[in-house]
Amino acid sequence: MATATPTTPVDGRAARRRAWARTREQLADFWRRFSKNRLAVVGGVVLLLVIIMGLFAPWIAPHDPTLPNFRNRFAPPAWMEGGSWEHPLGTDQLGRDMLSRIIWGARASLKVGAVVISFATVVGIFMGLVSGYYGGWVDVVIQRLSDILLAFPYLVLAIALMGVMGPGFGNLILALVYKEWVTPSRIVRGEVLAAKNVEYVEAARAVGARDRHIMWREILPNTFSSVIVVATLRVAWVILMEASLSFLGLGVQPPEPAWGSMIAQGREYIFSSWWLATFPGIAILLTVLGINLLGEGLRDALDPRLRE
Amino acid sequence: MNIAQVITRLLQLIPVIIGVTFIVFSLMYLTPGDPVEVMFGGEGAVSEEDLARIRRELGLDRPFFEQYLRFLGGLLRGDLGMSLVQRQPVARLIAGRLPATIELTAAAILVSLVIAIPAGVISAVRRYSTIDKLGTLGTLLGVSMPDFWLGLVFILLFGITWKVLPISGRMPFGMEPEHVTGLFVVDAVLTRDWVALKTALRHLALPAITLGTSMAALTMRVTRSSMLEVVQQDYITFARAKGLSGTQVVLGHALKNALIPTVTVVTLNIGILLGGNMIVESVFAWPGLGRLVVDSIYNRDYTVVQAAVLIYAITYVTMNFLADVLYTVLNPRVRF
Repeated sequence: MATATPTTPVDGRAARRRAWARTREQLADFWRRFSKNRLAVVGGVVLLLVIIMGLFAPWIAPHDPTLPNFRNRFAPPAWMEGGSWEHPLGTDQLGRDMLSRIIWGARASLKVGAVVISFATVVGIFMGLVSGYYGGWVDVVIQRLSDILLAFPYLVLAIALMGVMGPGFGNLILALVYKEWVTPSRIVRGEVLAAKNVEYVEAARAVGARDRHIMWREILPNTFSSVIVVATLRVAWVILMEASLSFLGLGVQPPEPAWGSMIAQGREYIFSSWWLATFPGIAILLTVLGINLLGEGLRDALDPRLRE
Repeated sequence: MNIAQVITRLLQLIPVIIGVTFIVFSLMYLTPGDPVEVMFGGEGAVSEEDLARIRRELGLDRPFFEQYLRFLGGLLRGDLGMSLVQRQPVARLIAGRLPATIELTAAAILVSLVIAIPAGVISAVRRYSTIDKLGTLGTLLGVSMPDFWLGLVFILLFGITWKVLPISGRMPFGMEPEHVTGLFVVDAVLTRDWVALKTALRHLALPAITLGTSMAALTMRVTRSSMLEVVQQDYITFARAKGLSGTQVVLGHALKNALIPTVTVVTLNIGILLGGNMIVESVFAWPGLGRLVVDSIYNRDYTVVQAAVLIYAITYVTMNFLADVLYTVLNPRVRF
């Protein structure tokens, strides 16, 4: 089928300029609404700090997070008796600096959160587009597969998968992605179904645009705000799941510092050294809280419909 | 929702459950390592000939689909296979752990409701007040906190620092009440064993509060938003116009309808709790199903893991189904 070009090149440039102006206007409008929500801005700042901590861990962390120092085991935090500012948050059972381990732990959590959500979002968008646009048996197969995956409580299959496949970064990602793609796919599918008969899509079809062009260029951009909001909120969830798996010894493996496994190790010494399990938990709490606040702010500013 | 719709919805569950059994079976089939070797304590423990003979006896040499069909057949008869490590029927192992998990789930739901309903109602009635803002922040904290960490903080405070509550297990050895239902709290009441009741409740407190607190966040959020919706309805305005006091309106008229979505969330929560409190059970050494799964993963006792994942998934699906049905039964305006 021949594709008719709906606009001439000159018109095209003007149209692009108009589109850019519109985008800028929308961004400004978004920022006006978002910045009014103070908690969301705080959440964003917290997340930004954690990201900086993760990215620049080798330069920020005062000590090597994996280097044991057996002469200085279980040193308490600086403000307690016997503590020193050399190790502000104390040291662990092997004498490793807690602060440095927490800073490096941000890396593990963010890495897993970002990779899982990017992967899940890409797969989800693709599945949702295909499922909604083509319908028929493709839709039936994808939807039944989603139903089956949704039938598993999240952590149960993740734990079983890690138990069966064994530890490793790739396995960890797989164990967390397995049903994470379903949410974005359902959102995109819903938007596709709603958009299929909307005028601009019919217009594109009438001028002879191809399926792929309609899917990617006409329908997909309209699903972005919902997908971004959901992805942000899901990162928080994935980080909690990764921490749970690491807590059980099935996630990020030692010696790489991860908050969940630090809590698990700290648990064994909870009677004598409370700081081992407490600080990594606070790190998880602040990070996840920051992402949740940011996500809710984005939702209110971008897509108030999702509030329901 | 009429009976026909319930049945249709129920029939839709069948392909999902078959899919679940297929995934669970394939997962364990593809597991690296030989189950027979696990059974005999690792590689090289048994001669090649014996291995082959045992595999033949257990049907492990049959093709994939034949094994899957036998697995399904076993499930229909209630046969979940044999534990590779404990050498007992998996069904018996699981049945032995179930009461502990059910007891903890019930207690956690109770805790979550005691926190969430008053908090949700007050937040809605006093919208935008300091209490409401604190409540909203509290729910956000609740969903952002890893439950295993919260459990450890409780252990640290109540068990170690103040020494007021026990931090692990269900009951000290030899103190169990006479076995009637397997739920210690219920059994202690039935047999009027008040010492056992007190001990059981004290052991239940920390794990139930840990799970209940994390559940309360979502429940409170739903109660608040549905209460906000209800108080804007005409019949509430009418009740106020009749001259009823604020409390009478809220408790007598609004709450009943506002709780419909809450019932749905609680049903979903039961599904989540029965199917996923492995972590909290591990933290408190609570001898329930979740702990059994975690221990079985460490021991490579895959038949137990397989059966438990299956039971979890089926419970979860069933509770989701019940939540749908309950929602429509309680709220006749909703139609499929």
